[in-house]
Amino acid sequence: MAKGDLETVGADAPAGGYVQLLTPDGDRVERVTGPDGTEYSVDFTDAEYRTLYRDLVTVRRLDAEATALQRQGELGIWASLLGQEAAQVGAGRAMRPQDMAFPTYREHGVLYTRGIDPIMPFGLFRGVNQGGWDPQEYKFNQYTIVIGAQTLHATGYAMGITMDGKTGSADGEAVIAFFGDGATSQGDVNEAFVWSGVYHAPIVFFCQNNQYAISEPLERQTRIPLYRRSSGFGFPGVRVDGNDVLATFAVTRAALDNARQGQGPTLIEAYTYRMGAHTSSDDPTRYRIASEVESWKVKDPISRLKAFLEKQQVGDAAFFAEVDEQAKAEAIALRERVLELQDPDPVTMFDHVYPHGSPEVDAQREAFQRYQATFEGSAH
Amino acid sequence: MAEMMTLGKALNAGLRKALEDDPKVVIMGEDVGKLGGVFRITDGLQKDFGEDRVMDTPLAESGIVGTAVGLAIRGYRPVCEIQFDGFVFPAYNQIVTQVAKMHYRSLGRLRLPIVIRIPYGGGIGAVEHHSESPEAYFSHTPGLKVVTCSNPSDAYTMIQQAIRSDDPVVFFEPKRRYWEKGEVEFSDFPLHASRVVREGTDATVLAYGPMVKVATDAASAAAEDGRSLEVIDLRTLSPLDLGPVYASVRKTGRCVVVHEAPGNLGLGAEIAARVTEECFYSLEAPVLRVAGYDIPYPAARVEEEYLPDLDRVLDAVDRAFGW
Repeated sequence: MAKGDLETVGADAPAGGYVQLLTPDGDRVERVTGPDGTEYSVDFTDAEYRTLYRDLVTVRRLDAEATALQRQGELGIWASLLGQEAAQVGAGRAMRPQDMAFPTYREHGVLYTRGIDPIMPFGLFRGVNQGGWDPQEYKFNQYTIVIGAQTLHATGYAMGITMDGKTGSADGEAVIAFFGDGATSQGDVNEAFVWSGVYHAPIVFFCQNNQYAISEPLERQTRIPLYRRSSGFGFPGVRVDGNDVLATFAVTRAALDNARQGQGPTLIEAYTYRMGAHTSSDDPTRYRIASEVESWKVKDPISRLKAFLEKQQVGDAAFFAEVDEQAKAEAIALRERVLELQDPDPVTMFDHVYPHGSPEVDAQREAFQRYQATFEGSAH
Repeated sequence: MAEMMTLGKALNAGLRKALEDDPKVVIMGEDVGKLGGVFRITDGLQKDFGEDRVMDTPLAESGIVGTAVGLAIRGYRPVCEIQFDGFVFPAYNQIVTQVAKMHYRSLGRLRLPIVIRIPYGGGIGAVEHHSESPEAYFSHTPGLKVVTCSNPSDAYTMIQQAIRSDDPVVFFEPKRRYWEKGEVEFSDFPLHASRVVREGTDATVLAYGPMVKVATDAASAAAEDGRSLEVIDLRTLSPLDLGPVYASVRKTGRCVVVHEAPGNLGLGAEIAARVTEECFYSLEAPVLRVAGYDIPYPAARVEEEYLPDLDRVLDAVDRAFGW
């Protein structure tokens, strides 16, 4: 057993194990002791279990709608979260209201848990804007497309929390930075680890290891399990079953609470699988085999929670049907609203380049308007 | 009351004033704390304002700028020091893809009032990567503002204005002028405004940063030969403020642009295009450029031949007259 390995490895776990509180068959593991002695468990009411289930089903259904919209030409591109629902909902629900998230472009599930209107990312993917929500209001920053860049922003924000004296208590603040397995090769991510370690920043690095960076498998990014990277930077790392919403919740909640208490950063590797393509522009059949995808289907995050709820008699057929119906209704409403997203007035492309404008941009806006006006009344 | 001080000391005084005026201002960079920066521009500031407000950071430029973005989202006004011009490139991605675009991307919801200070230019006998003029890369990027000071008084004023600005500002400091003295007084001259520093009637010479002194020296020399050169300090590289330039060129009919950076696609090329468009019928000669050659910055023992100097400026003026 290597340092950092878990004694209770979890069902279907990779070498070294992961924190798992719900097996793929839907059996509850009462508690797991982490490598540093942390006890991971959850204590949910029946209603809370049902809410988690509803979250998972809803974000998957909305994601499926988005994929369909892209295929129908209504979105330029879509980055699907299929397969990663538990990692995102668990992490998102583990955040407290005062916590701040820095997402990539795939965190639609986390966005949903922050109470942001799910229509918001569609402006970006339809090409009518670059992102529409207020990051400060929802404590969920803009999507970041440049791989790993947001981990430094998250680190700086966390340093600001310390400087503001907002750590060291149960109502302290913490930051969670999302990124993928590919991003762990980026310099920015490694610099974020250095800085967070040095400044003992209140931050959780939440890596969704979905096994592929577009086409490149994990072996192209690392020779050691990703969660062990943190030890070289002086803070703990833990691997969690990313398809287990209970475990991702428990591990993320513990790490965020540690951070807000002033105990510094944690790296979480959520071990999961991207069931679909990297984006709608990708063809995963070129780089991975069907049997591998099949092997992950039996670890599905939703079916295991459903099995658990059935066994515990927390959810019955009527409940599951009602959740499906509600998710479908949300998806249909979303579709209608996406189709109503209007192309922006072209002149608005000159807006927001600078907070108080710029004489050069202002002059170009005026010239553009004069030019556009020459077409008035023509068929252009 | 005007006070004589070096350009470096004026920057130090301006930074001190900014730290005093706004508790959200923080300074961050390599060696800016105890050491006071390799050029001592932040000398004494950590002692007086503490380690939280004057931060010695890990040695990673992308980290400096990337964490400054997060601090700015949190409500701080970070002032980043990049130790030398040639070391800004690890941060280039953060500056261009994040600092420049986050306000635009967020539809104006996120402001990043970050100042990125970069000592730049040659003439100090340094090794590779310590003498470059990368201002065009940043001036080419919408969403950034780019300024450079040429004298102690401007340095004192402009650094405070840049910090107060809600825009991300790349602030280029002419490192070879750090030790040159001048009278320092706060002036409410706008940050993004060029300035006529010497009036003349026969030709217009445009310069910025370390080249302003070269241009005014050339003007003095030309005056002895009976030629009257008007010298304009551009001060702001993005946005450019060319109104005073157009007025000058319409008067003189000749225009020479001087910068240390390589000529190819440098600021001079943009200025020449705009001046030609705006002043076409006033021009007696094409807009001429005196710039660094299109080579990597050379070894220090030949840099005097590489850098535009008084003679090259006068030679260009002669060519403008001989056209």
